[in-house]
Formats: sequence, structure tokens, C-alpha cells
Amino acid sequence: MTDAILVANHLVKTYTQRSGKFGFGTTLVKALDDVSISLTTGKTLAVVGESGSGKSTLARCLLQLQPLDSGEVLFSGQDLAKLDSATLRSVRKNLQMVFQDPFASLNPRMRVGEIVGEGLLIHGLGSSAVQQQKVIAMLKRVGLTEADMQKYPHEFSGGQRQRVGIARALVLRPKVVVCDEPVSALDVSIQAQILLLLKELQAEMALSYLFISHDLRVVRHIADDIVVMHHGKVVEHGSVEEIYQRPQHEYTRNLLAAIPGKKAVNA
Amino acid sequence: MNQASPLLQMQQVSIASKKMPSRLLVNRVSFSIDAGKTTCVVGESGSGKSLTALSVMGLLSKQLQLTSGKIVFNDGQSGAQDLTKLDEASLRKIRGAKIAMIFQEPMTSLNPVLTVGYQIGESLTTHLGIKGDKLKVKIASLLEMVGIPPSRANSYPDELSGGQRQRVMIAMSIACEPCLLIADEPTTALDVTVQAQILKLLDELKTRMNMGMLFITHDFGVVADIADYVVVMFRGEIVESGTKQQVLNHPQHPYTKALLACVPDAEGKKPLKPIDYAWLPENQRTQQVANEISEATV
Repeated sequence: MTDAILVANHLVKTYTQRSGKFGFGTTLVKALDDVSISLTTGKTLAVVGESGSGKSTLARCLLQLQPLDSGEVLFSGQDLAKLDSATLRSVRKNLQMVFQDPFASLNPRMRVGEIVGEGLLIHGLGSSAVQQQKVIAMLKRVGLTEADMQKYPHEFSGGQRQRVGIARALVLRPKVVVCDEPVSALDVSIQAQILLLLKELQAEMALSYLFISHDLRVVRHIADDIVVMHHGKVVEHGSVEEIYQRPQHEYTRNLLAAIPGKKAVNA
Repeated sequence: MNQASPLLQMQQVSIASKKMPSRLLVNRVSFSIDAGKTTCVVGESGSGKSLTALSVMGLLSKQLQLTSGKIVFNDGQSGAQDLTKLDEASLRKIRGAKIAMIFQEPMTSLNPVLTVGYQIGESLTTHLGIKGDKLKVKIASLLEMVGIPPSRANSYPDELSGGQRQRVMIAMSIACEPCLLIADEPTTALDVTVQAQILKLLDELKTRMNMGMLFITHDFGVVADIADYVVVMFRGEIVESGTKQQVLNHPQHPYTKALLACVPDAEGKKPLKPIDYAWLPENQRTQQVANEISEATV
């Protein structure tokens, strides 16, 4: 495939869990069980499933934040698991992540300007004046102001903090962004703003998103393709229309049936 | 039960911080709850939903105070009582026994060093004096009612999943068969599939025990599934209230309309829309100024 920017083949990841009396026994939990996905350039691939289905493990393994047991992750044809740490670090600026909890994922002791600019500093992109300009431009793009650079994360609301998280990820001009439940900690009224911002930025910067969510109402509006995970396995994948109109797997049907608000639609 | 008087009546309830009594966090809120019906309070964070719920239980933080209003509770036995006038001892008799509460986070609101069976039994012993084997039987039947195997009574909260913990919270709250159940975002932290189960369970229990339910949420999907009446709160005030059909299908207030418009739908027919605050008086003024400026430049 030529148009796939990120391909994962046969990923396996197991965790050991203490079990039995006093935790003397161990059981193996398969968080990823032969998972293969492919993200098309410029598109959004949503990964849906319940908690414990392995969605977040998949995200972390794709970005090499966690070692895999087996399988390969190809980014533009390069196997990330085989790279040495220096090369991996330079590739990483193309792979960024927007985290779930905007209250926990920003360092409370760093100013927003430092948080957003840290990636530029680490990768040594441009002089400090250029970096400063990039940070300001990015903050403005996500709907914050230049003055916000001097503030600390606690001075912002949840939606604004998630904007900081997005600015932090995008200032490096990545190619792939992994969004791990970016709106599930936010009020319904704020969710739409953030989703629209993500969509606009995708069009502007030609981003490819891997969008992890358990909310099928949100996924409907942002995804092009969907992967449904259950107990570490991919049970179904297809385009948004296919999955919502003709779900094949029983688990997918259960997920769709569980969306709240069905009664109002029928009424 | 006397149909004329509702189970709970909030009458012009206001809540403010003790340091700044002039700034009302909840401003003259009035609504009522009938037995066997669910009233949903909807609003964004900071709209005063949770404070309203806590004030019913008399559980407001010490920094806050009820500045005015009455909370009239009528369980049909001891006549109408104003909960705001009761002392701590009489409130304690009502809490857990007649009015029970399910808290938002099942992960943090259970005691990690006590078994779930003990925590469910606690209120039964306190309020009804049930002890020994009788208590064990009662706990087992409660666990069964919420769909947890009775053998799990000896488990600690960390051994249960999020959905199971929330079921334990429900079992605790309905142990003494309260006539009013307050649920503060009971499914927000849960998966959709588990959420659907919990909502179904609450709805069944409500019907079976003829409970009144005060349900707090910010999710209109959930409202559509379980509400009879809906109260919409914005910045501490009720902007709209009515039956579910009225509020969801024919919203009158611009805030309700804006809130409904920004809920994503599963069909994908509705375009995604950020919440619209243009109707607020202060925004209308800036809008006017902007229009005047643009007219002036043209």
C-alpha cells in the first residue's frame, strides 16, 4: 500500500497480572492479540472499544512508548521497533499524541509557553526567537493568545487546557497524531469545539489522526475508518458508513445499541 | 400517598459562599420531584447541578451556606418537613434511610479497606438495626438485585471493575429502600455498554420501589433515556424546565437550544456545532458594537 502512512502488523502485547491468594500466582493478560491496522495519509482512523479492550495500549505501542512483544510498526515504510534511540527520537517529531486528561497531562509547574515550546527545544528546531514565534502562532491557531504563554495550566478551563495539549502536539508539524480520548473528559458543550478544531487543523496541516474513543457519537463525526476492539482483538474494521449501517460483529451491534438517547430519536 | 403533595419540593433555594454571600452559586432554584418519577438536572460544569443535589442531603461544604429557600420533603408518613430546618441528628436519620445518594466516581467514593458487603450492610445496621445472619441474607439479595454474584460480598472495591463498583454504590443506596434517590452523574465515568446497563437497572428499581429520582447529568442522550421531567441549569439558575418531550423536542430557551444543538448524534446527519452563546445579553451587546463598527467602516 502506498497511501498508508502508519501500518501495524500482528502486534502482540501481554501483561502479567498478579492473581490468586496474596498475589502469588500470575496470569497473562493479552492486551493486544495479533492486532493489525493501517492509517491512510490525511485520514482519521478511529479505534473504539470498552475500557480494557486494549485501545490505549495500542496507541502507546504504536508510538513506541511501550515495548511490543512481537509485531512491527511501519511509519512511512520504516520499522520503528528496529530503530536505535537517536533515530527514533528524530522520527518521533512526526508522531505526536494528544492525551486524554487535560488536567493531568500538563506539567503544573511549567508555563504554557514552555510546555508548547519544549518539543521545539528538544529537537533543536530553529533559534529561540523562531521557536518563540512558532509557539505564538500555534497558540493563536488553537484559539489562545500570546499572553497565555506566561500562564500556568491551572489558570485554564478544561477545554482551554485541551487546546494547549493540541498546540503542544502540533507545533512540531507532525504527520501522525494519536488522540487518546481527547474529548471524553470535557463537557458536551466543549466537545464540539475541540472536535471542530481538530478537523480544521487536519485539513490545514495534512494530518493523519488515530482517534481513540469509546463514544460512538463522537467517532461518527470525526472518523473516516473505524476499528472495533474487544479483549485485545480487532473484531471489525471498515468505513464509518459500513460500521454504523451494517455492523457485522455482535459486539459492534451491542456498542451501537448502547448509545444513549435512542429513545428520543425514536420518539 | 397523597398525590397532591410531591415527594420533594425545592422552593427558591439559593446557595452562596460564606465569604461572598452576595454572589449566588445557585440562584432561587425551584422544582419538585414526584414519587416514581425521574427529574433530570442538566447543565455544564459549574452550573450548580451538584450543589443543588448536595443541598438536599444537607451535605454542602462548610464554606457554603444556604442563603434562602425551603427544601420540603414529604415521604407520606411523617408529613412535610423542611430539610433546611432540621438539626444534624434528624438529618442523619433521613440520610441513607429515606433519601439516598449515588456519587459521581465509583472509583473514589467506596472505602478501599472495607469489603463491599460491609459497606452495603452499614446503613442497614445503622438505620434498621439488622444484624448477623439476617444482614448477610439481605446483603446477598441486594447484590443479586444489582446483578453482582452474592459471593462477591467479601471482595474489596479494588477487586471489582468500574461498572461493578457503581452497582455496589447503587446497592448501598437502595439498601434501606429510600423514597428518594439522588444520582450525581452516576454513569459519567463508565463505558457506554455499562452505562446502558446501569441506566436500565436504575429505571427498573425506580419503578419497582416507586422511588423518586433526582438525576444529574450533562449528557442529553442519558436524559432522553431515563427522564420524566427535565430541569436545565445555567450559571446557577434554572433557565428552562418541563417534561422530557417539551424540553427535548420543543426547547424554548436559547441556552437549551444551543446545548441540544452541540450534542453529537450517532447518525451523523447533524453537523457538528460549537455551543452558541450569542444569545447572552453581554454577547448581544458586543455583537451590536461589532455590527456598528462594520457598518461605520462600510
